[in-house]
Amino acid sequence: MIELSGIERIYEVGASPVRALKGVNLTIHRGDYVSIMGPSGSGKSTLLHILGCLDRPTAGSYRLDGRETADLPEVELSRVRGHQIGFVFQFFHLVPRLTASRNIELPMVFAGVPVDERRERAGRALEVVGLTARADHRPDQLSGGEQQRVAIARAIVMDPSVLLADEPTGNLDSRSGGEIVQLIEGMNARGLTLIVVTHDPVIGGRARRWVRLADGNVVEDKVPDESPARPVGPLKAS
Amino acid sequence: MSPVDLAGYAAGALRGHRLRTGLSVLGVGIGVASVILLTSLGEGARRYVTGEFATLGSNLLIIIPGKTETQGMAPLVSTAPHDLTREDAAALLQRVPQIRRVAPIAVGTAAATAGSRSREVTVIGATHEILDIRHLKMASGRFLPPDLPDASVCVLGARVQRELFPDQNPLGRWIRIGDWRFRVIGVIEPRGTSIGMDLDEVVEIPVGTALRVFNRSGLFRVLAEVGSHSDLGTVKQSVIDVLRERHAGQEDVTLLTQDSVLETFNQILGVLTAALAGIAAISLGVAGLGIMNVMLVTVSERGREIGLLKALGATHRQVLVVFLVEAAILSTAGGCLGLLGGLGSGRVLEHLYPDFPVQAPHWAIVAALIVSCSVGLLFGILPARRAARLNPVQALMRRKA
Ligand SMILES: Nc1ncnc2c1ncn2[C@@H]1O[C@H](COP(=O)(O)OP(=O)(O)OP(=O)(O)O)[C@@H](O)[C@H]1O
Ligand SMILES: [Mg+2]
Repeated sequence: MIELSGIERIYEVGASPVRALKGVNLTIHRGDYVSIMGPSGSGKSTLLHILGCLDRPTAGSYRLDGRETADLPEVELSRVRGHQIGFVFQFFHLVPRLTASRNIELPMVFAGVPVDERRERAGRALEVVGLTARADHRPDQLSGGEQQRVAIARAIVMDPSVLLADEPTGNLDSRSGGEIVQLIEGMNARGLTLIVVTHDPVIGGRARRWVRLADGNVVEDKVPDESPARPVGPLKAS
Repeated sequence: MSPVDLAGYAAGALRGHRLRTGLSVLGVGIGVASVILLTSLGEGARRYVTGEFATLGSNLLIIIPGKTETQGMAPLVSTAPHDLTREDAAALLQRVPQIRRVAPIAVGTAAATAGSRSREVTVIGATHEILDIRHLKMASGRFLPPDLPDASVCVLGARVQRELFPDQNPLGRWIRIGDWRFRVIGVIEPRGTSIGMDLDEVVEIPVGTALRVFNRSGLFRVLAEVGSHSDLGTVKQSVIDVLRERHAGQEDVTLLTQDSVLETFNQILGVLTAALAGIAAISLGVAGLGIMNVMLVTVSERGREIGLLKALGATHRQVLVVFLVEAAILSTAGGCLGLLGGLGSGRVLEHLYPDFPVQAPHWAIVAALIVSCSVGLLFGILPARRAARLNPVQALMRRKA
């Protein structure tokens, strides 16, 4: 469970500090599906980085599963990133010289998982994203959608409780974007907390809870009354 | 992260930049090769010199007139040291039982003339014993005869023979040294330089004659050959005692053994080798800077990758180690390359100059490998720390270089 209260993030740039987050309060329960929307520069990515323990808030409290992250040493934050959180980025961020399966193994390498188990778990993750046949392909031999699916396999291979996605479809056409969204929604259906930052209202609208940021503040946080427009099957192009 | 994973990850990254990797490996390789080659040369020089000494025999005692060591207060009445004479030498042979042979030696330089040819030579006044003591071999004729210390005969060094009697048999001919005439009875086999004296450039004449030619009463030195090396200590004392008695109670000779000379040379050449190694080490340091440069470039190029590793759970320490290992692989590969290069060119030198023993000392080989690995670690620290300290968010946001 994620509890944010009074989260501020101030970037010290020259004489005039930039207040990217101005006191965000947010509680997200296990298994939730939250979309974070808002205009460019409103602080969406900043919030996501704080949620992922990649960045520390300037002020405020962030409790993850009951633990105050501000008190955790750097090493422990690395552990949290490795074990509890999965990231999916707009630009995939695969290591170009490694094959799909080696990319998926990376988090397990740092977590010290033995080779055999690594191979096996990477294989299963590839199966989940439907890319078993491309295990030995390098990123430059894969399409954008396939690369993002490898990235998703990598994000879930450590079996995290939270998946953070920053514009996961931002670099994809609507068809492969839709496939990606369905893939991660499927994981959410199996209990993974899903937090998606997006500009795309169609994709954002599919979440069970909509959080809207503007100028560093949460300006809307609602659970739509109607059961979310969630057509089974491929998304239509927006 | 297991060592295998580390090495695999680092090697993969290095393979991505073959030219850059190759050049930095080459840089370290040249550094290590020069350390090995230069220390090989220094060590070769040391072996060459000590080898030369060994041919002189390790059981020689060299007696030099005059006391070179100063001890205590200067004597109130200072007297010139007594001459070291042939009689002293004979007395030593007679009274110190462990001395097998003695060779009194007188030395001077003079012009040697044969017909119209003339050249400056080193004239050694010696006796028959010197032949065995210094392991000389005759090319033709015979050496100075025993028991004829005042004869007017001479033995020529190889080059003196070539220059005074080109293409002629010198045996039985006469040469002139100063105002004196000598009949040539033998020629010494060419042998080259042996510790400070080019034996090919000398003319040997009987010691008594030499003293008269140079108008001297004292010898240059006396060589005493002892039965066994282990007797040298006791023999030294006996020699001093005998000579003190003969020189009116004065201890006015200096005793040298090959050991002490050898020790000195060994020390000098050891320092020389170390100095050469130091010079070569500079190139290794330069190579280290090369590695640092390459690693800094790598770190700034791979900002996104570093950010990603952190997002995937890599700790500060793991990122640090990944880049340190990369630098260490670079430099250790360079070390191996340099080792092969250094030993290889040593072989080539050995082939070209068979007389000169070129051999890398074992410590240099071990040190080269250890040092090259530590060069990578040392010069890799700065770049690796820079990598480990990167802010993951900013690193991830970087546009691809
Ligand atoms: N490292 C930084 N230094 C200074 N200012 C920053 C930094 N990162 C972000 N900001 C500023 O913080 C504010 C929020 O940035 P953020 O990236 O979170 O916006 P965003 O909502 O993700 O925008 P977009 O939709 O364009 O991705 C912006 O004004 C941005 O300029
Ligand atoms: Mg953003």
